[in-house]
Order: sequence, then structure tokens, then C-alpha cells
Amino acid sequence: MRVSVNKRAFLPLAAAAMATALAGCGSQIADPASAGSTASTGTSCVDTSGSSIKVGFINSLSGTMAISESTVFDSLTLAAEEINASGGVLGKQLQVVSEDGASEPTKFAERAGKLIQQDCTAAVFGGWTSSSRKAMLPVFEANDALLFYPVQYEGLESSKNIFYTGATTNQQIIPALDYLAEQGTKSLFLVGSDYVFPRTANKIIQAYAAAKGIEILGEEYTPLGSTEFSTIVNKVRDSKADAVFNTLNGDSNVAFFRQYKSVGLAADTMPVVSVSIAEEEVPGVGLDNVEGQLTAWDYYQTLDTPANKKFVAAFKAKFGAERVTSDPMEAAYTSLYLWKAMVEKAGSFDVDKVQTAADGVTFEAPEGLVTVNGENNHITKTPRIGKINSEGLIDTVWSSPEAVEPDPFLATYDWAKDLAK
Amino acid sequence: MRGLLRGRLGTAAGFALGTVLLLGVAPAVLPVFSLGLLGKFLCFAIVAVGIGLAWGRGGMLTLGQGVFFGLGAYVMAMHMKLADASLFGGSGVPDFMSLYGSGEVPGWWEPFRSPAVTLLAVVLIPGLVALVLGLAIFKRRVKGAYFAILSQALAAAFAVFLIGQQATTGGSNGLSGFRSFFGFDLKDPNNKVMLYLIAAVVLLLSIALARQLMHSRFGELLVAVRDQEERVRFLGYDPATIKTVTYVVAAVLAGIAGALFVPLVGIISPADVGVIPSIAFLIGVAIGGRATLLGPVLGAVGVAAAQSALSSTFPSFWVYFQGLLFVLVIGFMPGGLASLPALLGRRRRLRTAASTPAVPATRVRTPLAAPPEPEQNATMPEEARR
Amino acid sequence: MELLIGQMFAGLSLGSVLLLAALGLSLTFGQMGVINMAHGEFMMAGAYTAFVVQQVISDAGVSLLVSVPAGFLVGGVLGLVLEAVLLRRMYHRPLDTLLVTFGVALILQQAARDIFGAPSVDVRAPGWLQGNIEVLGAPIPLTRLFILALSLLCLAGLVLLLRATPLGRRIRAVVLNRDLAETSGVSTRRSDQLTFFIGSGLAGVAGVAVTLIGSTSPYLGTNYIVDAFLVVVAGGIGQIKGAVIAAFALGVLQSVFEYSTTASVGKVLILIVIVVFLQLRPQGIFSLKTRSLA
Repeated sequence: MRVSVNKRAFLPLAAAAMATALAGCGSQIADPASAGSTASTGTSCVDTSGSSIKVGFINSLSGTMAISESTVFDSLTLAAEEINASGGVLGKQLQVVSEDGASEPTKFAERAGKLIQQDCTAAVFGGWTSSSRKAMLPVFEANDALLFYPVQYEGLESSKNIFYTGATTNQQIIPALDYLAEQGTKSLFLVGSDYVFPRTANKIIQAYAAAKGIEILGEEYTPLGSTEFSTIVNKVRDSKADAVFNTLNGDSNVAFFRQYKSVGLAADTMPVVSVSIAEEEVPGVGLDNVEGQLTAWDYYQTLDTPANKKFVAAFKAKFGAERVTSDPMEAAYTSLYLWKAMVEKAGSFDVDKVQTAADGVTFEAPEGLVTVNGENNHITKTPRIGKINSEGLIDTVWSSPEAVEPDPFLATYDWAKDLAK
Repeated sequence: MRGLLRGRLGTAAGFALGTVLLLGVAPAVLPVFSLGLLGKFLCFAIVAVGIGLAWGRGGMLTLGQGVFFGLGAYVMAMHMKLADASLFGGSGVPDFMSLYGSGEVPGWWEPFRSPAVTLLAVVLIPGLVALVLGLAIFKRRVKGAYFAILSQALAAAFAVFLIGQQATTGGSNGLSGFRSFFGFDLKDPNNKVMLYLIAAVVLLLSIALARQLMHSRFGELLVAVRDQEERVRFLGYDPATIKTVTYVVAAVLAGIAGALFVPLVGIISPADVGVIPSIAFLIGVAIGGRATLLGPVLGAVGVAAAQSALSSTFPSFWVYFQGLLFVLVIGFMPGGLASLPALLGRRRRLRTAASTPAVPATRVRTPLAAPPEPEQNATMPEEARR
Repeated sequence: MELLIGQMFAGLSLGSVLLLAALGLSLTFGQMGVINMAHGEFMMAGAYTAFVVQQVISDAGVSLLVSVPAGFLVGGVLGLVLEAVLLRRMYHRPLDTLLVTFGVALILQQAARDIFGAPSVDVRAPGWLQGNIEVLGAPIPLTRLFILALSLLCLAGLVLLLRATPLGRRIRAVVLNRDLAETSGVSTRRSDQLTFFIGSGLAGVAGVAVTLIGSTSPYLGTNYIVDAFLVVVAGGIGQIKGAVIAAFALGVLQSVFEYSTTASVGKVLILIVIVVFLQLRPQGIFSLKTRSLA
């Protein structure tokens, strides 16, 4: 201990520092009842004085999720350009500040904070994975800011600071199950990546199956990015289930479908219903591996609506004829227009006023007319079952007769009573 | 100048300067958002201090610091979840458990309701895990590449394990959405400043600890073990004990950093503890100078700040840049930036030497701040001989 | 019964993939002590080679047969460049090679993204590899059989090279005692380069092979690198036969674990088994008897 001098020199410093730290303490939560009202740092710094207004896009442009999220970024960019070309929002041009979430939840939280506090954006659009949304949620709530989240997700969530423009479970998973039941499916095998969406989806499927007499013959998860499916396809084959419900994410689908096919399983004998394969993913999975398989979404590129034709044409004109459009891209495109409609109804960019105005706002989206439900901040959507055709696009084989009201907590379904206690 | 910096007076002055900058200047000039960011960087710096000891001084390439970081972070996050649940929910059950789990708090969560147990566990759990691992690994004389790959496998296993336990660890979502920290409201900017200050103080304390260790007899033994483990053994010391102690210190520092990271950043998820983040901890250390006292700290803060500033604007460029940093710094400047003066000095001497060819000293290695692992020559065959 | 055979084959098949990924690594790690984290990215380069070849030769069968040597060449050349530019100066710092090659891996991943795009690309399997043969009712996928055969072929080639050629003799001499070999007139430089070329080339072949079962994306390598290292470490550094046993043992174990639990738990279990195994035998299944005094 030759240099104890430093220790001595340091101790007073440390003591002083601790004192400083403690002196900096702010409010303590003594009475939880009042804690809610002490609330936000939320003196909004959004600048509405100029001829433009800032909005934030937050997508993973690097890392494993960039594959999917960069497409959402593209369609958001298209929507922003269209809105600017037609006069902007409340006469102000949109000025986009884009941030990279880098496929890391912590990065999303950090960048969301920057978009709100430093860039003073009026609203933020983006996020994909559940973990990125869960990471950003407290940031938006603490700063009382707005996030528009454009991806189908596992439900069981509702925040006044987030607008969910993708499907919740009763707009995607339950219709898919209804469809399967209608087709006479008596048994299912569940395959998913190991993360929150598949696990929650499968919990719902289990409850549904128990209520409707469908037998679940297996429930398997693989680590994200896993490419080894020998064992799982053996189990699937051995189970002789009527159909497979697939909640695998990303590249795992490639391996799964290849290995599925290689043990002699096929769409006509044991169809696979996928909820994470959209037009974007088909080429990578290999068309000959997935042709004829089923998907469950609310939007397909092949939809025959005027709004969709315009959207697809505009997208291809901007990004190239070989590009395709998918459900999350459409939901992102829609989200920007919905925000525009909300702001115009409110006559203000103010978060409180936008939230109040949101209920009942509609937009003629490519997927059809969507309406914002102000109670849970989700939107109505039209579930559709699709079949992957020989061109790699998806044809609608079944469609809900009308748009379905969002029910993120499945409160209107008897069999789902015990799901979210 | 360098002589002054090396002296005791210099160190004390350095501490004083660091203290003033971190505790006085930064909170005064930075807005709360940037201060929070800086706080996060300081957490990485605390991990870096530990890595500097284990890797720079001890030659143990720990590719699994994410495990200890994660243990500390999850312990803290569990406590904050439980505390929030009692404060706001009334039921005492964290929100995600009722959504994805059975709606009941598992037994192994219960101890973390207590703030005291939590604070102890933040230190003890990473420490104990490191102790057990360290004894098992080092007593069996697993070292070098074996140790590196094993520690990496552990980080991989830890992340996969966490993801698989959605009902009790939040799965891939991790734990987030905290509202209070030991009763302090996390929305209050003053409390955010306080969190930053705590991180800064902990960093200063860990630097002091590292300095004490480096300059003690223990520190000299550690370097000796790195450079010639067999000789240390012949001298009657047990290298395994020395390595294990260092490993434990590094683990505890990582654990504490993790625990501070959670309230500062507001989330901990398996993405922060796996293989990639564990390797990412190393780059700052390498750049700053792995065997120096302050190099790892400055390197870690610098890399984190650069990433924060550059990665959003140029996502693809940033990956190239990060890759190049690894290649250039480790490949061509193993001593890190701290060795730059020495390297430049050598070049200058080379130039002088060129004019006087009689001096054959040109190939003598200047004692760099980081002696680049001379022991490694011996490691592998030795390993294999046994 | 059907399932049992299916599972046994699944284990063997996983083992053959692991072996293919680890074979080259065992060589470079064993001979030179270089911990090449970019080995996975060399696999990725091999996989993209298969993709590019298929763009030129549209017949999937021919393109696959061309891809195997092409993948070997691409992987090998990448390895040569890496060795010549970086690793050559780092043989006395094996741990640092790990970090340097990690940096190289990052750069290669990003380069693949910038060249081929982030989404995975499709490499079609030839018609004669589609489908399966039935063994006692269990379907054995032809692609898996092909990979098994390919890995055994690579193994045989490598063993032959090491055991029966002058080049192999030199390589083995350098592994056993670098200084003595050098003193005896073996050019360690050339031997190092060749070893690295072959080791990295094998990674390229492995990359071509895995396009048949998985996706071809910039992150392909990251799926294999940790497992491949574990195979090498468990097998004993520098031990080809150790790597073979370790690869198939891990493959079968993983299949068993995965079958009896879940894929995630299986993965954790396998890592724990390896950690425990290395406690018992820190030198791996086989250890190399060197005559080096260093």
C-alpha cells in the first residue's frame, strides 16, 4: 500500500461529491396518489412558429432489424413527401428528423428521448419490435409526446401517448384462427421465435383452441435468428397436425420453410399460416418454398382499392418497380396521414389537443377506410387471409366482411377472460 | 509534463480535475438529456475500468462482461419493478407479469423487494458468480483463448436464457417502464441529475480502487501473472487466486455499472448483455490503452459518445468505422491512444538513429504503456502440453 | 421409431454442419493460434458466392457444383488477404487476433449489406436435392445428405493433405514446433499462408453448403461462429479428429436436448455441458503433444 496518499487525497473529494449528489435530489414520491400529477417534464419545446414543423422517424437502419424497418422508413418518407407536395399540415411543411434505432431497444429509448427533447419533434413515427416499443413507451409517457407505431403486435397494451396503426391480436390472429376453424382445422402445431409476440400470440391461440375444441399438438420456440429446424420439423411431421401456426421472425422463416419442405411436408397437406411473412420476405424465403402457404394480415399489395393503386404506383415510382409494399409499410404510410388528419381536426400540433381530437378520425387508407378508436388509440382494420401466389405476391382468399374494432385486451371475447389478469 | 502526470501529485491533481469536470462543470453546462447520455457513457466507463484491470493488467480477455453487467442490471431492475408495483399498482405485481406470466411474483423475486438486499445483491451476485467461475476456470488453468471463448459462450447462454424466461425476466423485451428509484420520481429532472452524479461518483471511486490495486503488490503480481504465469507459480504464488480476485473485481464493477445503467437509461434487455455488447465493451478499453488507468475510461466514454453522435447520421458508415477501429487500434496500436506519445517518440528516435547508424537500438521495443501480451507465445503450447 | 431415426439423422446432420463450419477453424486456430472471428463471415462470403454463381448459371444443379470450388476460392482468397495484411504481424498476440478479426467481421457484414442489400437472398436448391428418401418411414432430406457427404469429403481431403503430402508434413511440423521447423528449412511463412488459405476456403465451402438449409443474409456467419469455436475448443486445439468427435457429439446432444426440452433450453444446456466438460478436460478431447519448449 505504497500510494495510500491518493486514497487520503481522494476521500474528501468523494465525500464532497456524494454531498453534491444528494443535494441534487428532486422530488420523492411520498404520496403515490399525487405522484401521477407531478408528472412530466413536459413543457413541450415544439416550435410551431415557422413555416415548417418537425416530425421524427425512428427505424432501425442498421443491425438485424434493418431488413424490415428500412422498408417502413421508405414508406414513411413517401408519405411525408406526398403530404408536403399537397401543402403540408396546417400549412406547414414537414421537416423530417430521422434516427437509427440500430435494432437495440436501449438505442430506441435513447434516440426517442433525443427526438422529443432535443429535436422538439411534434410527433414520432416508427419502431418495429415489441422490445423497441416497450423501451420507448416510458420515454413518450414521461415527456407527454406522441409515437405512431405501425406494426402488428401482441396487444395487451394501451397508452395515450402511442397510436397503434398495425393490427392488434383480434385483427390478425383471431381472424386467422376463425378462418382455420371454418376450414375444419381440428389440430394445430405452434412454431415461433423466442420473444414476446410469438409467446403472447400462442397464449391467445391456446385459450382460443381450448374454447373451440381445437387440439394444440405442440408449441415450439427457437432463438431469434436460428437456422436449425431439423428437430422441430420432425416434431411437426410426427404430430400430424392439420395446420401449423407460424410466428417465426425474419430469417428463421427461410430455414424453417426449406426444412419443412425437405421432409415432405407441403401446403396442401399441412398448410402453414404465417403472421410475419409479408411481400417483402417472400423472395428471401424462396418462392418455391412458400408458394401456396397462407398468411394473415390486413393489407396485401394486390388489394383492389383506388387508394392502394395510388399508393403502390407512387411507391414504385419513387423506389423502383421491383419493390413491393407490405402491411407494416401500409400501416406506417397510414399513420402519417392519420396524424395529419388529427392535427387538422384539432387545429393544433399540441399533444393534448391532438389526443382529444383523435377519436373518430378517419383516413381512406390503401387497406380501406380506417377509423381511430380514441379509447385505446388503436384503429379499425380489415383482417384478410392471403395465399402466396406464383409471383411472390399474396392473393386475398378470405376477408372480413367489415372493418374490425380494435380490442387490444380482448375484453369482448369470453374465452380470453383469464388472459390478462 | 508526463513526469508530473505520473507522480502522486499528478494523480491527485487529475482526480481533482476529473471531479470538478464530472461533478461541477458537466451538470452546470449540459442539458438534462445530454447529462443522461453522459451518465450512460459513465456506466460503460465503470465496466471499462474493470476490463482494464482484468484484460490490460491481467491478460484475461473477458468476452463475457455482459453477464455481470446484466446481473447487476437485472437485480436493480427487479427491485425497481417491484417497488413501482407497490407504489403505483397497489397489487405489488409488476405489470408484465400479469400480462405474460401467471400474475404472481415468483419466489426468487421476493428478496429484491428490500432496497438493502438489492444493493447488496448488486455487488454480491456478480461477485459470487465471478468467484465460482473464476475458481473453476483458473484453478484448472484454463487461460488464453480457452478462457476468452468460454466467457463468450457464457454471455451467449445468459442472453438466450433471459429471452426464454419471458414470464419472469420479461424475455426479449427485458424490463422497462420504471417510474421510481428508491422512492424518487424518475420523471423529475432533478432526480435525473442526481442519478448522473451518483454514476460519476461511482466512476471516480472505481478509478481510485483500480489505481490502488495497480500500484499495490497485488497489482505487480497481476502483471507478472500476465507476462509469465509459470514463473509466478514457481515463486510460490498462486496465479489462480490472483486472477480470480481480479476477475471478481471486474465483475463487481460491471455489476454496479449495470445497476446504475437501469435507472439512467430506463431499460435493460438481453440485447444489452449478449455476445455483441460484451465485445463492444472492449473496444473503448483498447482504444484508450488497455493497461493504463485512465485510458479505458476515456476510451469507453469517447467511443460511446462517437457512436451516439455518428451512428444515427451515418448508420452504415458507423459500422465500418467501428470495424476499422478494432482493426487499426488492436492491429497496429495495441497500446491504444495512451501509447501514442511513446510511438511518436520512438519514430523521432528512429529518425535520429538513421543519421547515426552506429546505434543499433532501433529495434528495441519502446516500453509501451501496454506491453502487448508477451506471454501469449507460451500460452498455447503450454496449454496443450498438459 | 420413425421419429427416432429422424432425430438421429437430425443430430448427425447438425453435426456435419458444425464440422464443416469448424474444420477450417480447427486448422487456423490449431496451427497458428489465430482466433478468427471473421471465419463466420468467410462462410457468409461463400454463401453469397453461391448466390452470384446462380445468377450467372441459372441451372441450380450446375451452379451448386460450380459454387463449391468457387466458394472455396473466395473464402481462401479472403483468408489470404487477411493473413497477409493483418494477422502476419500478430502471431505473438493470439487474443488480439480475436478482436481484430471481430472488426474485420463487422466490416464484411456491412459490406455484404451494402452490396447485396439487407434482406436475405434466395439460393435455389437443385431439383435433384429436393425431397427426401425414406428410411424405415423417416424422411431423410437429400440436402442434408448432401451436406453430410460434403463435410466427410472435405474431412477426407484435409486428412489426406495433412498426412500424405509434403505440404501436409510441413504444416504438421510447424504445428508441433515452429522454431525447429523453421530451423530445419521449412518456410513457415508459406506454410502459414497455405494453411490460412485452406482453412478459410473450407469456411467458404461451408457457406455454400448452408445456403441449402438456411437463409443467405449478411448475418449468416454470426449464427455459426460461437458454435464452431466451441467445437474446436471441446475437440482440442489443433486436433482434427477431436473436432470431428466434438462436432458430431454436439450435434447429437443438441438434437436430444432440443427434442426433450425446447430449442432455447437446449441451447443453454449445450453451452453448460461444454463449460463443465472443459472443467474436466481443459485441453479438450484430445491434446496435442508438442515438442516445443516455449
